[in-house]
Amino acid sequence: MSTEFVRVDGRLPNQLRPIKMAVGVLDRADGSAYVEQGNTKVLVAVYGPRELHPKHQASPDSAIVRCRYHMAPFSTKERKTPVPSRREVELSKVIRDALSQAIFLENFPRTSIDIFIEVLEADGGTRCASINACSLALANAGIPLRDLVSSVAVGKYKGQIILDLNDEEDENAEADMPVAIMPNINKITLLQVNGVLTEDEFKQALDLAIKGCMEINRIQRETLRSVYSAIKGEEE
Amino acid sequence: MKTFKVVSQLVRSRMVDLLKKNSRIDGRGLLDYREIKVEKGFITRAAGSAQVSIGSTKVLAGVKVELGEPFPDMPDKGVLTVNAELVPLASPAFEPGPPDENAVELARIVDRALRETETVDLKKLCIKPGKKVFVVFVDIYVLDYDGNFIDASSLASIIALLNTRIRKFRIEEGELKYEDEYMPLPIKHTPVTITLAKSEDGPFIVDPNLEEELSLGNRISISIDELGRICGVQKLEGTLTVDEIFKAVSVAKTVAPKLIDIVVREGGLSVQ
Repeated sequence: MSTEFVRVDGRLPNQLRPIKMAVGVLDRADGSAYVEQGNTKVLVAVYGPRELHPKHQASPDSAIVRCRYHMAPFSTKERKTPVPSRREVELSKVIRDALSQAIFLENFPRTSIDIFIEVLEADGGTRCASINACSLALANAGIPLRDLVSSVAVGKYKGQIILDLNDEEDENAEADMPVAIMPNINKITLLQVNGVLTEDEFKQALDLAIKGCMEINRIQRETLRSVYSAIKGEEE
Repeated sequence: MKTFKVVSQLVRSRMVDLLKKNSRIDGRGLLDYREIKVEKGFITRAAGSAQVSIGSTKVLAGVKVELGEPFPDMPDKGVLTVNAELVPLASPAFEPGPPDENAVELARIVDRALRETETVDLKKLCIKPGKKVFVVFVDIYVLDYDGNFIDASSLASIIALLNTRIRKFRIEEGELKYEDEYMPLPIKHTPVTITLAKSEDGPFIVDPNLEEELSLGNRISISIDELGRICGVQKLEGTLTVDEIFKAVSVAKTVAPKLIDIVVREGGLSVQ
């Protein structure tokens, strides 16, 4: 990969933005997390497993996951109306699909696990930051998981495959491609391509995305470990 | 999706066992579509329309072209919007009301492939930059649902766009003047979408029918244009490994020309 290519914010093609993660940031929710990737800021709350209303939606042999991805009106350049857009409806679905594979849903029949995502500031990669925050919040809620889902977007910008696009790059990219994986069981749980790529570019992009996800997974683990080892220390 | 259809364990396990031997429960080859039928110009009031059946899945797409305003960030381009309705007559699982997440996802998958390839040359649909452009509405109606409405909708949409005729126009001193003749929309590409499904340890199949969709657990849609470029991917339910995704892309690329042939033939294009 060329190291000459310098990005709008001075990063290298394969460099993530600075990341901040925290869990247990909300008191009322069963689990919560806050994630920053560059200027993108996402807050997530998990409620459940809890009794499901309306009851007819319940599944007799597993929990169901409900997920709402929502952008705050002040999160974007122009004010975004709080009414859910088609994009938000789609993202709620793909984020739910990306996470539900990781949850032992069969352990909680007849219940719902409700995930609420609020994008507080959007500067590219909001669905990926949301997924990262969601898996932390699920872990924080004590819900058993097969793996921590980790996510990052890659894209093609001025002919170069780059990692973790910010908004400016995203708007001018030839293609962007959000990816989420469960690293320990080596499974992809989210993959979208928005744009045009050749097969070779696609392969290169997916490989880069996996590397980025592994790095994010490491930070997620560190975040959880630092919180829970501190709690363990207090008990002793 | 709420599913009122139930696939029995017996059918499900037979399906999965057969797939391990590379055969399918309805006798199709792994990379065979069900029979595809196309009827064009079905709706005379629409500027263009196409009804596509894949097996007993039936989708009708209609195109309307109206005058409107451009998006502020693209003042010199016409507008393309894709909307999909899963109308309740198509399945006991579809309910009346505004488009649900499945309908929105469907519309956005079809929209993405058309938009990213710039299939419709929107620059040619600008009348007065920033003020007045043509707006192309593609409305997808899923009429009968037996699985794989994504591929059927993408076929119906591109064929309906190729079938569309608008009044020939010229711009005189910034004013729009119509002529008596009709002309096709400026179409540059012919993207198609291929949906693949896979059981945990079986091979990929294309065009899953409803029973297969409900049973196999892992599904992905890949859009490919006539140049063999990837112009949209959406992983649907389930999970896949990296190698499986590469495999899915190469399968989609081998299958795409068959669908593009149908688009070219039905769309009345001379072979490019």
